[in-house]
Amino acid sequence: MKISLSWLKEYVDTELAADKLADALTMAGLEVETVSDRYEYLQKVLVGRITKATPMEGSKKLQLCAVDIGGREISLVCGAPNAREKMLCAVAIPGAELPGGLVIKKTKIRGEVSEGMICSGVELGINGDGSGIMILEGDYSPGEKISDALSLSDMVLDIDITPNRPDGLSVIGIAREIAAFENKPLKYPRIGSFLESEKSGKNDQTISDLAAVRIEAPDHCPRYAANIIEDVSVGASPFWLQDRLISVGMKPINNIVDITNFVMMEMGQPLHAFDLDRLAQSRIIVRKAGQGESFVTLDGKERILSDETLMICDGEKPVAIGGVMGGLNSEIESDTRRVLLESAYFSPKSIRKTAKALGLNTESAYRFERGIDPCGTLAALKRAAALMVEISDARLVNGTLDENPKPFQEKTIHLSVRESNRLLGVDFSGDEMAALLESIAFSVEKKEDGDLSITPPSFRVDVHRPVDIMEEIARLSGYDKIPETFPAIPGQASLPGKHRQTREKIKTRLIGFGFSEAINYSFVSSESCDLLNMAADDRRRDVVKILNPLSSQQDIMRTSLVHGMLETVARNFSRQSKDLKLFETGKIFMAPTESMVAKSDGQAKNAPLPEETEMLLCCQTGLRFHRAWNQKEVECDFYDMKGVAEGLLTSLGVEGVSFSALSDKEEDRGRYIKAGHGAGISLDGEFVGLVGEAEPDVLKKYDISSPVFIFEINVDLLGRSVPDIKETAPLPKFPSVSRDITVIVDQQIEAARILDAIRECSDELAEDVQIFDVFRGAPIPEGKISLTFRVTYRSSQRTLEDEEATMINKKIADALMKMFNIDLPV
Amino acid sequence: MEKSIKKIEEHALAELKSVFAGKGKANREIVEALYTRFLGRKGEITRLLREISSLSPEQRPIAGQKINELKKKIDGDFKKALGKIDAMAEGEEEALDVSLPGRAPEAGSLHPVSRISARICDIFRRLGFDIAEGPEVENDYYNFEALNFPANHPARDMQDTFFVSDNVVLRTHTSPLQVRVMEKQPPPVQVIAPGKVYRCDSDLTHTPMFHQVEGLLVGENVSFGDLKGILASFIHQMFDERTSLRFRPSFFPFTEPSAEVDILCVICRGKGCRVCSRTGWLEVLGSGMVHPAVFEHVGYDASKYTGFAFGMGVERMAMLKYGIDDIRKFFDNDSRFLRQF
Repeated sequence: MKISLSWLKEYVDTELAADKLADALTMAGLEVETVSDRYEYLQKVLVGRITKATPMEGSKKLQLCAVDIGGREISLVCGAPNAREKMLCAVAIPGAELPGGLVIKKTKIRGEVSEGMICSGVELGINGDGSGIMILEGDYSPGEKISDALSLSDMVLDIDITPNRPDGLSVIGIAREIAAFENKPLKYPRIGSFLESEKSGKNDQTISDLAAVRIEAPDHCPRYAANIIEDVSVGASPFWLQDRLISVGMKPINNIVDITNFVMMEMGQPLHAFDLDRLAQSRIIVRKAGQGESFVTLDGKERILSDETLMICDGEKPVAIGGVMGGLNSEIESDTRRVLLESAYFSPKSIRKTAKALGLNTESAYRFERGIDPCGTLAALKRAAALMVEISDARLVNGTLDENPKPFQEKTIHLSVRESNRLLGVDFSGDEMAALLESIAFSVEKKEDGDLSITPPSFRVDVHRPVDIMEEIARLSGYDKIPETFPAIPGQASLPGKHRQTREKIKTRLIGFGFSEAINYSFVSSESCDLLNMAADDRRRDVVKILNPLSSQQDIMRTSLVHGMLETVARNFSRQSKDLKLFETGKIFMAPTESMVAKSDGQAKNAPLPEETEMLLCCQTGLRFHRAWNQKEVECDFYDMKGVAEGLLTSLGVEGVSFSALSDKEEDRGRYIKAGHGAGISLDGEFVGLVGEAEPDVLKKYDISSPVFIFEINVDLLGRSVPDIKETAPLPKFPSVSRDITVIVDQQIEAARILDAIRECSDELAEDVQIFDVFRGAPIPEGKISLTFRVTYRSSQRTLEDEEATMINKKIADALMKMFNIDLPV
Repeated sequence: MEKSIKKIEEHALAELKSVFAGKGKANREIVEALYTRFLGRKGEITRLLREISSLSPEQRPIAGQKINELKKKIDGDFKKALGKIDAMAEGEEEALDVSLPGRAPEAGSLHPVSRISARICDIFRRLGFDIAEGPEVENDYYNFEALNFPANHPARDMQDTFFVSDNVVLRTHTSPLQVRVMEKQPPPVQVIAPGKVYRCDSDLTHTPMFHQVEGLLVGENVSFGDLKGILASFIHQMFDERTSLRFRPSFFPFTEPSAEVDILCVICRGKGCRVCSRTGWLEVLGSGMVHPAVFEHVGYDASKYTGFAFGMGVERMAMLKYGIDDIRKFFDNDSRFLRQF
């Protein structure tokens, strides 16, 4: 909320400079976000002296003026009737932006260059005189800034009022806080006692003869008060009133509406003015709307209401949405003669619901939904009525309508001095606490046991519990007065959870492998499933939709990390980064399954949530190693990515890993993998991830033209197989002997199958088998492949004889021949 | 005889010297040939030894001894020479251009958000906090209601919320973990919860997804002073001892009293600069004493236990630590950016 310092000073005599005041308010919990001079826009308006004024040919009004603006003379065209030579005036020079939005530029008028504008008080927004240019009487020097010359400065504080402090949503509310910390009295505005006597209505007529108020929805509207003002003349407000509204960013409309806005800003009580002659039967009925009822608000928009909407109605029809916005059918017009002025208290919840449902955020609704002072109804009503009488030369009808079916109940809160000190970590006496609280209008009664009995003022709608009062004590004494201490809890943090450990291990290793971590948004486009060719029945199509996404590119929670990563790859390509090694760990989200929904107990707090699964995605494209003088440029390939997968799993100590060509079923999970270029990864037979080359057609959709290799794995499943600690194997005592076996087989036969076969048919002396060489082409016949395996033999009991190893090796080779119907090399 | 010995000695040493004196390469073959010439089976020393027989029996042992001494000396000199030649030969391999870059293993990098989050967690772990994690898509109950944001309360406007359904939201803060942790365990509680959070807000200083670290400490006699102590200790470890803190009143529905924590601007040290909007202070943490309403939701005895909670934005910390001026850089994943960490 914006508040000008000059307005604040009407209610409290603060001598603090604006920035000091801002600091003090901030430290009192009313955070001042910005401090600015509201006359900042006058920086390019200077004092000028008209040195020459020549009437322009062909015009009765225009004069070509030479104006001294301090050290230089400019020429401008002026149409004001009162411009004379030697006169001191205010000149806006090019670049100045005046309140009406006018930006001054160098132009040509009737062939003459005009380098500025001599302004009126209205044009400058500093007084209400628009009849001619503003004449400066006095000792001003040309060139001086007009704001300096006229001492025009009014600092405006923009205060972020937290939702718990609606009492701060008014100038008086803020002044009250300042009065408290400056220890100064708060000056309420003078409301004439004449209301009931002097200048009041004609004859003996009272308000109840003219109008009536009935509340049919007391829960929504506990109080509704009204006055009637007769013989009003609607017109522009006096300058001071307009100026106040402008200073806090509001637009003047007419004197009646301006007064309601002024009092709302001043006292925090929203008001509404009806044209009494447009209220059927001259009555106000406060009731709930009918479901689906429609109503045209002041802004000319038709609104569809619900049966939860509180309406202000006349004898026939709705005339306002209570506390939110008035209706077009009863607004104040230039010919309005009689005003019914409303001051009411509406239930915050009711207003909040209505304002939300209608998407209507008015200053009035903003205050009602946070909670205005339930006891401030009449004071604001009187203040506004008095101003109307004064400003629009009207008369107040005797009496006030005041329906109050649910009167405000004062509450008294018991405050334990010991508990307060314990929570805050301070040692205040009851008297000290009382003094602090009394400074902000809390009434405090000291009890025999030393504790306090406290009645907060009605406008402090946020104070219900003892802790609310403890906060006030802390706030008023200053948080900086509370000493820093340490909790007496024995700190005994346990090790991070297994899941977290696994994630950290994965990250450490991948960084060692040369991969950089990326973090992509969790929300992606709902098109991502199609882009990645997911099958129609893929579980990952059970997406979690966001009802209010920022854009269609971010309208679902991701069900795969691949989409975001491919976008990242494309983005990097567009910036000429073509060699990428990236990884991400993060969650994917699938809508709860039917069985999850069925299992839920129906309690809102236990409603089934989406299934969240943590995934790891690695992605590699471009060169295997960075360009260097001493290594060949090699593009990375499938085996680089698979190597990363193997290296990671091995170094994590995971056992039971197997890679196999993606089967039909698993292919569904990896349709974004190029056919024949992907492997599924299983842990003890369970599918946990895949590695492969991305399908070029998919990449094309992301504008990626180079091969991209992907390795993704379910971290939740993987984590279960990562051992905390692996026991070390004893080191061998005896030397090993190696023997090679070379076989030539159909190239359809997977190397891993032969490897497994060797492991199976070798005895315990075979310690390790590695694929040593893979060869295709002459002299190997077409369609065949030569594979060489190196088997390491070792005995844990003795040194193996060469012959023994050779014999076992032959036995294995023979077994392979039978098993695979293969050739041994000639 | 003695003359001959002397002559051979001089001769051998001269020859050896000449091998190294010339500009030509000191050749191992030449030295070996010389060795054979003097010390070989048919060499000059052998010849001398044979000549001993022609001496008188008295002279023989003396001459023998002298010849043997000579043999030893020449043998030693030649071996030294050979060693020198070998050493020279080694040195003769082309010298390396040591200015060429080496074959460095490529190291990847941890995302700055992960780095800072890990650092925050490390500091709090040393202060005795456990680490908890929870769902990113949350029930309204955990994200709002149990944290004392009643339905239809303006406090809900403080956080622009992404909705999945009326009742399910993308968590707007990591605070739901407070409730989830307290539901599971009795006091005392000392836990932090790092993770992603979501708000529908996107501009220079806001991204719709960001990271927070939440903290919660509950026990008997935990005070606001303790909150100040713990956070001061954290900030001093996160930045340095010179970074002072300022607690100022604020409002969060789930804490009371609530405090925003400002730190002395780490860039200008309080003088006022662009980063701190010339205030000298940076707002980095929200905190406060756990509101009794929250304890009531999780069934803690609010008359017996008190506690505090705090939360901070990880990106904000990372921006300050690394001098990053645009929060969107964190999720753009430009490899030239990522590789700097």
